[in-house]
Amino acid sequence: MTNIPATGRTPRVQTRLVIIQILVLSLLCTLGGRLWYLQIREGAHYQKQASGNHVQQVVQPAVRGAILDARGVPLADNETRLVVSASRTELLKQKDDGKAVLTKLAGVLGMDVEEVMQKVRLCDSKTPQPCWNGSPYQPIPITDEATPKQALQIRERAEDFPGITAEPVAVRRYPGPGKSNAAQVLGYLSPVTDEEIQRAKDTDSPYLRSDMVGRSGLERQYDRELRGKAGVTRYEVDNLGRVIGKAKSDPAQPGSTLVTSLDARVQRIAEHELDKAMKAARTQWDRNTNRRYEADSGAVVVMEAKTGRVVAMASAPAYDPNVWVGGISAKDYRALTGKDSNYPLLNRAIQGQSAPGSTFKVVSTAAAVAAGYDFNGKYPCTSSYSVGGQVFNNFEGESFGSITLGRALEVSCDTVFYYLAHTEWKKDGGINPKKNPKDHFYRTAHQFGLGKRTGIDLPDEVTGRVPDRRWKEEYWEANKDAWCKTGKKDGSYVERIAYENCLEGNKMRAGDEINYSIGQGDTLVTPIQMAVIYGALSNGGTMYTPTIGKAIISPDGKRVTEIKPKSHGKLPISKATLKMMDEALEGVATRGTAAWKFAGWPQDKIPMHAKTGTAEVYGKQTTSWLTTYTEDYTVVMTISQAGTGSGASGEAVRNIYSALYGVQPDGTIDKKKALLPTPQKGLPKIKPDGSISAPKISADPAKELEEAAKQATQQPTQPGATPDTTPDGGQPPATTTTPPTGNRATRRRARRGGSRRMIA
Amino acid sequence: MTGANSFSVSGYGPERARWTRLFARDSPARRLDWPMLLSALALSLIGSALVYSATRNRTELNQGDPYYFLVRHLLNTGIGFALMVGTIWLGHRALRNAVPVLYGISVLGVLLVLTPLGATINGSRNWIALGGGFSLQPSEFVKVTIILGMAMLLAARVDAGDSVYPDHRTILQALGLAAVPIVIVLLMPDLGTALVLVTIVLGVLLASGASNRWIFGLLAAGAAGCVAIWQLNILDEYQINRFAAFANPDLDPAGVGYNTNQARIAIGSGGLTGAGLFKGSQTTGQFVPEQQTDFIFTVAGEELGFVGAGLIIVLLGIIMWRACTIARETPELYGTIVAAGIVAWFAFQCFENIGMTLGIMPVTGLPLPFVSYGGSAMFAVWVAVGLLQSIKVQRPMSA
Repeated sequence: MTNIPATGRTPRVQTRLVIIQILVLSLLCTLGGRLWYLQIREGAHYQKQASGNHVQQVVQPAVRGAILDARGVPLADNETRLVVSASRTELLKQKDDGKAVLTKLAGVLGMDVEEVMQKVRLCDSKTPQPCWNGSPYQPIPITDEATPKQALQIRERAEDFPGITAEPVAVRRYPGPGKSNAAQVLGYLSPVTDEEIQRAKDTDSPYLRSDMVGRSGLERQYDRELRGKAGVTRYEVDNLGRVIGKAKSDPAQPGSTLVTSLDARVQRIAEHELDKAMKAARTQWDRNTNRRYEADSGAVVVMEAKTGRVVAMASAPAYDPNVWVGGISAKDYRALTGKDSNYPLLNRAIQGQSAPGSTFKVVSTAAAVAAGYDFNGKYPCTSSYSVGGQVFNNFEGESFGSITLGRALEVSCDTVFYYLAHTEWKKDGGINPKKNPKDHFYRTAHQFGLGKRTGIDLPDEVTGRVPDRRWKEEYWEANKDAWCKTGKKDGSYVERIAYENCLEGNKMRAGDEINYSIGQGDTLVTPIQMAVIYGALSNGGTMYTPTIGKAIISPDGKRVTEIKPKSHGKLPISKATLKMMDEALEGVATRGTAAWKFAGWPQDKIPMHAKTGTAEVYGKQTTSWLTTYTEDYTVVMTISQAGTGSGASGEAVRNIYSALYGVQPDGTIDKKKALLPTPQKGLPKIKPDGSISAPKISADPAKELEEAAKQATQQPTQPGATPDTTPDGGQPPATTTTPPTGNRATRRRARRGGSRRMIA
Repeated sequence: MTGANSFSVSGYGPERARWTRLFARDSPARRLDWPMLLSALALSLIGSALVYSATRNRTELNQGDPYYFLVRHLLNTGIGFALMVGTIWLGHRALRNAVPVLYGISVLGVLLVLTPLGATINGSRNWIALGGGFSLQPSEFVKVTIILGMAMLLAARVDAGDSVYPDHRTILQALGLAAVPIVIVLLMPDLGTALVLVTIVLGVLLASGASNRWIFGLLAAGAAGCVAIWQLNILDEYQINRFAAFANPDLDPAGVGYNTNQARIAIGSGGLTGAGLFKGSQTTGQFVPEQQTDFIFTVAGEELGFVGAGLIIVLLGIIMWRACTIARETPELYGTIVAAGIVAWFAFQCFENIGMTLGIMPVTGLPLPFVSYGGSAMFAVWVAVGLLQSIKVQRPMSA
């Protein structure tokens, strides 16, 4: 084979054959190289593409867990509704972007064409609600109230409604048991946004496109627990989408059930009483502003004193939480967030803040004791107190002579605290303070937990404010330019204030500390903060972190995770002082500023403690505060622009207690009618199948109670019970035996500087 | 012509038993190019597995019988193998006398395709339906007859010892012989096959020893022809689209670019060892169109991985390498030209077919030799193997 034959083997041909051979080899090497590049170097990339190619996901949404009250009554659950949705991608494929289909759909659903159009447009910075803020690839719900007939019309004529689906879907429902509302506490849901999906992508609870997410209240706080996990079945499909195999199937895991410490009945009564008190206040004449009280907003908290568990929490104005279900309409959204709405979405129990007024005096008393003043020492309660030519009046110019701190609390004597605060201010160096001023009054406020969140299990709690030196400095830094620009020495009141603030707004002035000592001025507190403080006064000094969630129960009922009460500190007062303050606060309810509202109360059986407060708000009517506690409960109510604490809220708070303990109008206790004579212990019963048994609840516990009270008062059971109308308390108290004392009108006193905050 | 006749040149007496003769030292069987033969067989068998994998779920094609294509592929392989044996038996020299007839038949065949007898598949009028589910693709056989015909013309005078290189007249005749079927194929229009034929012409001319002027002149003419085709809009829209999709596969992933994208995904996802035979999701899900024919390599890429797909390239390489060696070592120019023509044919077709699945060549409808499903193509390549074997076997011994 080595011979080279004579014919056909010219060197030219030989060379060309070698060239051909090399060419062939190089072509094959090119193929091999390219094959290596695709399969080995880029293999992972193509593997991902291949799996994306042939796997289709079918998502079964998880049923969201219910929110129950302490006895198992559902406050939020789910119901099946017929949801009509539109697919944007399908609509945009049509010639007119689906306008014709949507118009036809609006006709079938009996809706406004424009409304339907608005619902399917995408939200952006320029598009107001209603609009879709979910993924554009996800079906957009148009209505969740389709009738079976409408759904059938759409489904039977599918070719007329391309991109439109009508399917039964579990939607959130807020049943409002016993007419309770609790809208702000429960919160609401809205579709998950793209950002949230991105953020939660690599966590162990990723979102699905179709997920609804808790946006406020408990729905947001416990979103992870309530949401469960959507089931995903991955099907292998071929190029035409035909299923050729089931790759993986994760069944949907329903969300856990949240048991709260709320009691739907008490919640209803608290809401009803708050509403009633606000309506009553609006009929009252405010002598200071010469118009009726506005009573524009208010809040009430009912809390277990020994655990911090919230039994009821109401905020006014309220709204119907069901407006969010299935997407909110433009009108509803405006009503909730517009300028004239008065912001019903705010939970004023944790997000409303105002000066505490005299309810703050427990802090000042503790501060005085900490500063070395004897609780039982005698301090002058004069009708006025003057500092450097400025006169600070006691409330209505009353004077009580020399009294103890306890008595000062009872009668809410301002001048005693003026004197103490001023003396301490001077000790700290006055307007030019020492290097490390003791600042007892401010330090104590911080120790009482003011100026920071209580840590309640609700989102977006506000901190309130302790207007101490540091705050003044920061506030002045932030505002001095504006003050110095507008301030005039001899200008209007506002201009004079600005002028003063410009000069020395960063300094703690005598007037600042004097005003502060009785809870006026720049101090801001929330109702929940006051509930924690008065709860601690009740339980011996432990400040419990308020909680609404009580337990999380797995959907099968087998795993129960209790949310245990947690303390976040102790009140900075000794047991002895605490006892004396406790006595003084009982005195407030029996012979002090709140006594006229608690007449006939079975004090021997259920010792009532109270403190009233009336906070001034610049340019507005006064904010009323009433902080109360018994052995087991603390109830705090505040109403903005409603006058005095006892006048505006006394009755309402008393009614709440009466309902809890079963106190009858005649002062007797009917244990059978008591809703919660002692705080609810334990959790609702879990049935073997994992469901939770709920007791029956009357249609409206508040109405029932009122009916019972009406019947009782119609038969005079108490001698000397005379209907009494007080100058500012037109609402007839249930029973009164003692004449009203003091605190009947709002206070006005010389005020200097600082900014005024209204209840938010 | 008989087998005995064709074997007589080997110098063995007819008195010896055929079996013994077949495997004796220097016997024809011993002199067969076994690596090439085994590679071709291996490719056909791998091909049958791949064809089965690609078609067992395509109920719209296999009439409910998952083995429909497998059985036919194996049958085609068998027929092809028989054709090879027959070709060896007859011998390429003996066939030389029949070349004018074969050429004529094949040209007639491609002409028939243009008549109402032809069937159009994928935009190409490329088939003659024979009835009973059988059809013939005459353009596959043209590949063989062009090689034989040109070789016959070009080698005649040289092998007779009259000249060292073919003269211009002969070359012109040979080109004319090739041009007729090429033009017909272009009219079908079957651009892929036309390109194969042009490549064959180039290979044949190179091996024939035609002067460089002819080679470069033809290359220049080819380039000019391409420009002319482009400018004169002779190409159908689908052909232009294929080139556009080649230039930018993301152009229209649902349309023209779909094939190339899905093919590349299938191959790329195979990785080193592949998903395993019958386990590729791209193949099972039928994401790659024409997968049992033109895109058969994607099945190998996905299910057998770099190892399996690489093996196919290596086996094809062995066949072509051996063919090159045969071309270099055969004493007659005729054999050299035939072998070189086959090399050019296989090389271009393999590179184009695999290259388009790998995204380095535009998509044209060319089968992968031995592996793709398709009777005519299978017969043609096995005949080619037969020719190569015959050239090797009938080489005069040094002795």
